[in-house]
Amino acid sequence: MGEDIYEYSADIGKRYFYGGLTLNRIISPKYAQKIMNVVFWGVGILAVAILVIVIGYILYHGLPQINLTFLFTSPINDGRSGGIFPMIISTFYITIVALVVAAPLGVMAAIFLAEYSGENNFVKSIRFATETLASVPSIVFGLFGLAFFVVFLQIGFSVLSGGLTLAMMAIPTILRTSEVAIETVPQSYKEGSMALGSSKWQTIYRVVIPAAIPGIMTGILLGMARAVEETAAILYTVGASFSVPVSLFDSATPLSLHLYNLAVEGISLPNAYGTAAVLVIIILIITVTTNYMVERYTKKMMGR
Amino acid sequence: MENIFEVKDLNTYFGDSHILKGVNLSVPKNEVTSVIGPSGTGKSVFLRTLNRMNDVISTFRKEGDILLDGQEIYDPKIDAVDLRKRVGMVFQKPNPFPKSIFENVAYGMRVHGDNNKKRLQEKVESSLKGAALWNEVKDKIDESAMSLSGGQQQRLCIARTIAVEPEVILMDEPCSALDPISTTKIEDLIHQLKNDFTIVIVTHNMQQATRVSKYTAFFLEGKVVEKGLTDKIFIEPEDKRTEDYITGRFG
Amino acid sequence: MARNWEEYIIEKILLLAAISSVIIILLIIGFVVAQGLPAIQFTGFINFIFGMNWNPEYNLYGVFPMIVGSLGIMALALLFAVPLSILGAMFLAEVAPRAMRRILRPTIQTLAGIPSVIYGFFGLIVLVPFMRVHFGGSGFSMLTASIILTVMVLPTILTISEDALKSIPLEYKEASLALGATHWQTIKNVIFPAAIPGVITAIILGMGRAIGETMAVIMVAGNVPVIPGSILEPVRALTSNIALEMGYAVGIHYNALFATGIVLLGLIIFLLVIANYINYKRRVTIGGGYL
Repeated sequence: MGEDIYEYSADIGKRYFYGGLTLNRIISPKYAQKIMNVVFWGVGILAVAILVIVIGYILYHGLPQINLTFLFTSPINDGRSGGIFPMIISTFYITIVALVVAAPLGVMAAIFLAEYSGENNFVKSIRFATETLASVPSIVFGLFGLAFFVVFLQIGFSVLSGGLTLAMMAIPTILRTSEVAIETVPQSYKEGSMALGSSKWQTIYRVVIPAAIPGIMTGILLGMARAVEETAAILYTVGASFSVPVSLFDSATPLSLHLYNLAVEGISLPNAYGTAAVLVIIILIITVTTNYMVERYTKKMMGR
Repeated sequence: MENIFEVKDLNTYFGDSHILKGVNLSVPKNEVTSVIGPSGTGKSVFLRTLNRMNDVISTFRKEGDILLDGQEIYDPKIDAVDLRKRVGMVFQKPNPFPKSIFENVAYGMRVHGDNNKKRLQEKVESSLKGAALWNEVKDKIDESAMSLSGGQQQRLCIARTIAVEPEVILMDEPCSALDPISTTKIEDLIHQLKNDFTIVIVTHNMQQATRVSKYTAFFLEGKVVEKGLTDKIFIEPEDKRTEDYITGRFG
Repeated sequence: MARNWEEYIIEKILLLAAISSVIIILLIIGFVVAQGLPAIQFTGFINFIFGMNWNPEYNLYGVFPMIVGSLGIMALALLFAVPLSILGAMFLAEVAPRAMRRILRPTIQTLAGIPSVIYGFFGLIVLVPFMRVHFGGSGFSMLTASIILTVMVLPTILTISEDALKSIPLEYKEASLALGATHWQTIKNVIFPAAIPGVITAIILGMGRAIGETMAVIMVAGNVPVIPGSILEPVRALTSNIALEMGYAVGIHYNALFATGIVLLGLIIFLLVIANYINYKRRVTIGGGYL
């Protein structure tokens, strides 16, 4: 014992402990507290400032570009002039395809994980797969979409290929949020329904899901945001058409991809600003709606 | 007899709810004072007001005077951190840090800027002896405090508190989570500690109050109904409500 | 009887949906590996991973400069993002008054939601010229990419660290305060050390996000497939390598880009396994409580 009490600092926590406290000899604890308060507030204000600067800059330069012509006409001359109407339609089209596939799959998987399964190795492997899916880099989704949907299934560069690729990215988001929502439905609701002679599925369908709907909607909105903002995954799956896609098999250029092309190829800075602003506004609307729903939902739950 | 705490017309609030309603109480120096009463009557709130632990809660508000050696402890000039060095606290549930036994006891000295190895070692040993724990842990002083039993953990928390050398130790039902044998050990310890410290103990256990304390205050619905020598309160209470409580008719 | 059948079928349908994640991830790994293997066989595993030259015209496919690029950008970004995120998490979990929390939480959330192509665009238009003026060179560099990435991984690390800090029992905090420690001493010596496993998980997930990011990096990093001599020189990440060349790649070049994808997948799965292991350890040691 003796001396070695001070020697063992093998783990991080302890080393931090000593490292931090040696400062006390130089700076008094109360002075350190004051310094740290300044640092904390500095970091908090920095985060807010970054958001304001990024969004402010995009909107400041982008909003003046937005008018009815910009929103409702097609690009002319590779996007040097004209509008972004086909891109707005493409973004919505692809997002809807993605959600139509991902929302039922994600929600059903969430119901299974929350209500039908215990904690066994099979469920653990499903969770690990979901986690992995959530962390796969978007460009790898893009590679897979190209190899599987475009080439192997011969769907070609199209709204459908892009939408299906995005669906796979959105599943983990929708699944996890919905699962949490379903798990937080009070046990008493379920018991109440079961006691009236309802079967398990009837209980889930009539009691659990309605109670969890705001949470599930939040998950779907988050999945939607992921689909709208994604670029890398659709880079090599949707093609590059400048016309309004009609069929699922038409190729398209969503807003994010259009912005990338305009900016990197240096085609038109004003149009790039305008496209960026439209994209930011769509994302802000989704974020605000999500927040509003979460707030209303938690208030309702607390109210009980 | 010298009083270390003088509490005058103390009212406390959490937001809109009025918890303590005009409490007047003196805490004599180097004695043990028990605070008894039914649940939810503000005993813990009272205790936590004495070392400003309630400051953590933003809606907390207090009116009236709390004088420690004649000095108002809620005076803006008084720093809560300095106050807590003088008025330590032992909690209901043993709450050692997830660190080694040694580091738990050394913590107070370290945060007060003393990292001298030799002094820390001496202090840890004397504090653990003071808390009647040294013989049980001297061979495993570097092991996690979580490996100790509940009773040992609580004595470790007491050792940790006396290592800071406070003048007052507040104890918030320190035995409520412990078995009878551990409880006895802590009660014995309290008897020894009163030579060096003033102790205020909140307890639900009336036998405990009679065993450890010289003075007792009976709280009911945020007010002090009766206070004085423990023996007197338990043998011939003046107030009917006190009598009802100590004879187990309510609470 | 009919009711039972219905229940049975519904349960199986739900099970199928739940398995879809497993099927998808296996399909992804299967297809990316199948398409990438020919290139690794063609070049040789060692030459592919440690090869210093990437030149599709001469059929040279060495991804080592990109591995260095990805890891370098990530490391630099974490160097900025980790302290900022941890301080931010402490601020949100412990220090900030309610009004500030009500501003900061949605801020972090919105930062996380801004599309990566917007970050890339902002970087290209604002940060690259700024870096060119103040640090010289072209402005496209490892440093520029890591500054943009700092902002992008900050919400990830901050949010998860905050959860970890908030999960520390209040008793520890009270015990420390009751011993006369200041709030900062309590955060530094008790709350933060107890939250370290969660914070490490947060950092690992941030690493994953940094390595996986494509668009923002591609737009500001300069994309030269050579190991940079300094942080102010251009660099190419693994993700950018794929995105830049997939448009015109054919034959073994096409396969080599999928092989780059295998390296990316390998890195991500490696990080995930570590994160899971730490989570597992945390659950195991919570009773033992060793720090």
